[in-house]
Amino acid sequence: MSECRDCAGCGPAAVLPLSPRAATKAVAVIGPPNSGKTTLFNRLTGLRQKVANFPGVTVEQHTGIAELDGGQAVELIDLPGVYSLSPHSEDEQVAFDVLTGRRDDTPKPEAILLVLDSTNLSRHLMLAAPILSLGLPSLIILNMADDLRNRGGTLDTEALARELGAPVALVSARQGEGIEQVRDFLAGAMEQPTPVLLPVLHDVPKCREWAGRVGSQADYRAPIAPKWTRRLDRVVLDPLAGPLIFAFVVIAVFQSIFSYVTPLMDGVKWLFEVSGNWIAVSLPPSLVRSLLVDGVWKGVGSVLVFLPQVLLLFLFIGILEDSGYLARAALIADRTMARFGLQGKSFIPLLSAYACAVPAILSTRTIENKRDRIATILIAPFMTCSARFPVYTLIIVAFLPNRQLLGFLSVRTVAMIGLYALGFVTAVLTARLLKSSILKSGRTPFLLEMPAYRWPTVQSLGLRLVDRSKVFLRRAGTVILLVTVLLWMAAHVPYTHGHPPAIRDSLAGTLGRTIEPAIKPLGFDWKIGIGLITSFAARETIIATLGAIYGMDHPDSTSMDLQIALRHDLTPGAAVALLIFFAFAMQCVSTVAVVRRETGGWKWPLAQFAYMSALAYGGAFLAFHLLG
Amino acid sequence: MRKAQRKSGNHHLDKDFGVAHTKIEMQLSSNKAVSETLPASLVDLRRGDEAVLSEIDLPVEDARRLMELGFLPGARVVAGQSAPGGDPRVFQVDGSEVAVRRETARRLKIRRKGRVPRLK
Repeated sequence: MSECRDCAGCGPAAVLPLSPRAATKAVAVIGPPNSGKTTLFNRLTGLRQKVANFPGVTVEQHTGIAELDGGQAVELIDLPGVYSLSPHSEDEQVAFDVLTGRRDDTPKPEAILLVLDSTNLSRHLMLAAPILSLGLPSLIILNMADDLRNRGGTLDTEALARELGAPVALVSARQGEGIEQVRDFLAGAMEQPTPVLLPVLHDVPKCREWAGRVGSQADYRAPIAPKWTRRLDRVVLDPLAGPLIFAFVVIAVFQSIFSYVTPLMDGVKWLFEVSGNWIAVSLPPSLVRSLLVDGVWKGVGSVLVFLPQVLLLFLFIGILEDSGYLARAALIADRTMARFGLQGKSFIPLLSAYACAVPAILSTRTIENKRDRIATILIAPFMTCSARFPVYTLIIVAFLPNRQLLGFLSVRTVAMIGLYALGFVTAVLTARLLKSSILKSGRTPFLLEMPAYRWPTVQSLGLRLVDRSKVFLRRAGTVILLVTVLLWMAAHVPYTHGHPPAIRDSLAGTLGRTIEPAIKPLGFDWKIGIGLITSFAARETIIATLGAIYGMDHPDSTSMDLQIALRHDLTPGAAVALLIFFAFAMQCVSTVAVVRRETGGWKWPLAQFAYMSALAYGGAFLAFHLLG
Repeated sequence: MRKAQRKSGNHHLDKDFGVAHTKIEMQLSSNKAVSETLPASLVDLRRGDEAVLSEIDLPVEDARRLMELGFLPGARVVAGQSAPGGDPRVFQVDGSEVAVRRETARRLKIRRKGRVPRLK
């Protein structure tokens, strides 16, 4: 699932230092998957989160500052969801290492917030045993109190606190109910837990027995089954209606992205044109003005135009994920995955690769089987990440009319879904190839917990969008800005007689023309060539590059309408070739870096880069020659 | 009593497959003969059927995962919805719903079959 918050925007320039605040206590937030940890974390930290999850900085957890009354602050560490602390997969290892202070990059937590789902307490209490055995001050948070109450479950928190030897708080992180108790714990003197008799930690049946006994001591009455979830599942997983609903959801998402965002995009575009003109008028003609207006404004601006669309995409993914539908979608898709030799656990990383391959590759740590893990890492960059999305949109809108097919589907929607499907199909075929040759292995069971359906909250969706915007803007302000400035410089060298050269004769133009013979068979000219070179830093940089090149080429043009320029330079066949090139090529420095780190060497990233580049070149070549 | 271990091809390629099988059995309070004459597993359950888990016939690590999700010997399991085509199927166990593939469900042996009334 799209852990979009994890994507720190892929790129060495996106590194935010975790400001060391000497006085702040560190507190770890841990719990089983789906217990609402992240909701609680968001509730406590608000917007004061630091997404620290990218190559180069070995931190796989989010941290955020929770401000308490009286100016106190606590640093919260959000750990991956785990069922136990006996490290079997790498994310459990991360959780274990953080809790025991074995990681140099994270402060050793002074206390623990253990988040459990109160509607499934008997089983979730199993995790309390290993946590309490660490001997750190702990607050046991029983989340989803509203669900528990609504479905008729009850519990005696005081008795539970006695049984566990640690304070217990019944909260609903979604509603904000009982959060004060958590804040009080964080602000107060945290006390060591009273030692209680714990079961043998590695014996699951014993742990479960212990958890059941503790639960019954606390008069825990489990709530009745969520009726609406069962009813909805009967429709959503219906053999006939299920796949139809699945298809409808996918189509509706893309259709609305194309239809409803245009006014917003035009607004952003207009903003950049007006402000660009304003800068042009208020500055005397100079190199600085040229850099600002032609380089930075036209370049970065042409990427920022896509922010509304990217946000809408993430709004939809957020709704699907928070409501619980995504787990059902995974279930429906599983058989197809199995046919290609992929296990179900690969599904979550692959889904999150739709946001960004970097967090997807990090999330493969949940896969215990090493060969399966490498196979998933190798195919993840084929999934259509959000950096490809603006590139696709630009080319599709430039070359395809907004015509309706069958009365309700726009041609553009069909093209976009086709590109997403192309990425997916290539990924699974590659998986098949790998799994039947060099990465053959036995299977590990596919297990997926189905969460109850819930209404997504405005707060959680809002936070996702803010996070996503930060990532997008940070990239535009760092990697893309840097590349644009470098490009502007390359376009102004050699500077003779007080005039920059024609872009064709500049350093950038020369570079583009040098590689032109190699890309000519794909239908690309030297301008696209420059774009391809810069897009190896990050895919969407090609838009900034083309925006800047066309801007400098036509200094009088105030319009940033790249589409017209593209239509002028590319034949329809070449446009398809360009789309296919972007679908296959591994144009992302951060992905290469994270693969190297996660596979522990250069062997896999280099092989992957070569394979994807060959596929991109071959695919684009075929497309151009068949259609051109 | 236990069925011969299925050959799943390429186990020898992975060193993590060198581990022994777990065989977890609870003291059966019911008639033992029943479980012997009916070596049923979770795949034999249709939607709405209920059973008690008796044995997990999987490598230690895999069995552990299942147990952490509630598939403990002695646990009551109810078969729920499945994906189109019948695989994977969702099972209600220990207060949650977990989707399990056929190939895994086959290794989860049960000892009693029954039906629970369908939810309206």
